[in-house]
Amino acid sequence: MSDLSIKNLLGIRGMTRDDIETIFSTAAEFKEVLNRPIKKVPSLRDTTVANLFFENSTRTRLSFELAQKRLSADVVNFSAGSSSVKKGETLVDTVNNILAMKVDMIVMRHPHPGAPHFLANKVDTTIVNAGDGTHEHPTQALLDSFSIREKLGNDLEGKKIAIVGDIRHSRVALSNILALKLQGAKVRVCGPATLIPKHMDSLGVEVSHDLDETLVWADVVNMLRIQLERQGDDDAIRFFPSIREYTMNFGLTTERLERLDKELVILHPGPINRGVEISSEIADSEHSIILDQVENGVATRMGIMYLLANR
Amino acid sequence: MNSQVLINEEQFALILDRLAHQLLEHHDFSETDLVGLQPRGTRVSERLAVRLSELLDGKEVRCGAMDVTFHRDDLGRRDKPIAPQENNMEFLVEGRKVILVDDVLFTGRTIRAGMDALLAYGRPKKVELAVLIDRRFKRELPIEPTYIGQQIDSISDQYVVVEWSEENSSDRVILFNAKPE
Repeated sequence: MSDLSIKNLLGIRGMTRDDIETIFSTAAEFKEVLNRPIKKVPSLRDTTVANLFFENSTRTRLSFELAQKRLSADVVNFSAGSSSVKKGETLVDTVNNILAMKVDMIVMRHPHPGAPHFLANKVDTTIVNAGDGTHEHPTQALLDSFSIREKLGNDLEGKKIAIVGDIRHSRVALSNILALKLQGAKVRVCGPATLIPKHMDSLGVEVSHDLDETLVWADVVNMLRIQLERQGDDDAIRFFPSIREYTMNFGLTTERLERLDKELVILHPGPINRGVEISSEIADSEHSIILDQVENGVATRMGIMYLLANR
Repeated sequence: MNSQVLINEEQFALILDRLAHQLLEHHDFSETDLVGLQPRGTRVSERLAVRLSELLDGKEVRCGAMDVTFHRDDLGRRDKPIAPQENNMEFLVEGRKVILVDDVLFTGRTIRAGMDALLAYGRPKKVELAVLIDRRFKRELPIEPTYIGQQIDSISDQYVVVEWSEENSSDRVILFNAKPE
């Protein structure tokens, strides 16, 4: 039970349920470390990690970097804006150059779906996917599940989890669906028809376009961010008519929650568009575990990197 | 399997009792804490804490359980990673005397990791080491116990296993000639 079946963390696809359980039991111990007076252990003191961010990120990158530092790893950072990528270097060349400097692990975010999988076939190192385009974001899904289990208990079998919002452009949605299904949960996606891809049933999830009815059904609701930057140019055909209309139909508001009269666990992967997909009062309410997610993100990533470095 | 009982239940009780008395010779436990190393040292430290408390007329002896997995020096060098265990240190050891407790002292590497891990809870005034079994011929680091239950001269192919009545066995120590299941 203390070994992973995977060599790289490319996506939730390819992982087993045992892998998830191993990561969570390790992450729980790291969470305890994070609450000590000295929040640091020497586990990865002989490991060097490169964080390659070919796409912007603030919290994921910060969370990975903190996790690495708490594990005593040596860290180098790289962002596409200030690199040779602009000069035309290929991904494999960039990474091989970094590996030639004796780096042991690569954490990568890339705008192209499948980039880490491609890389895993070309280079010999440990790769952690920190988000690849609209494909997967496995560490986010794992920290979401970890946070849900802190609230609902370790057995998610039959628990009802709704993912609401822009499913089409969301790597968080796909990874969450795969991770939750592995743990036996029931999953439903909810959003405007334009933002839900076809063939969702092939993933074994329900589809709804009615938020109120979905909230009645759900134990947990994960509110995704509306990705305004992925809605096209000003003159492009939009996925929904206006922000105001989206909020009226799919925004989580206090009125909606009061009508429900039940306990609901609310997640949001951040960054929040306050007043769009979730109202300020709810984001700050006791139902919301948004800040727990952030704290658990560091512990979960410590667990993942610790276990992968151990292989 | 080829095995022999090194310490039976009766001897086991005597040894624990002697260890408790030895500790009392040097500590009145007003400023001393026991810290058992997970997973197996905690059994020894819990038993010692109960016995010491009896000998001290019910005075409470502080006893923590410390996991040293993240401080080990063999990360990535084992076939299978060691699973971390629960860490239960509800006090700081700043300025206190600490007795680290483990079941079997072998290479000394766990104790080294333990001394490292302990620093996360402050700077102790003094650290000592109490072990139930000392396998003295296989040390890889200059670490020696302060209090010893029993010294065992065994070769490195042999395995020493401490069994506990809390774990569906009786209190005893067994020597195996091959790695037990």
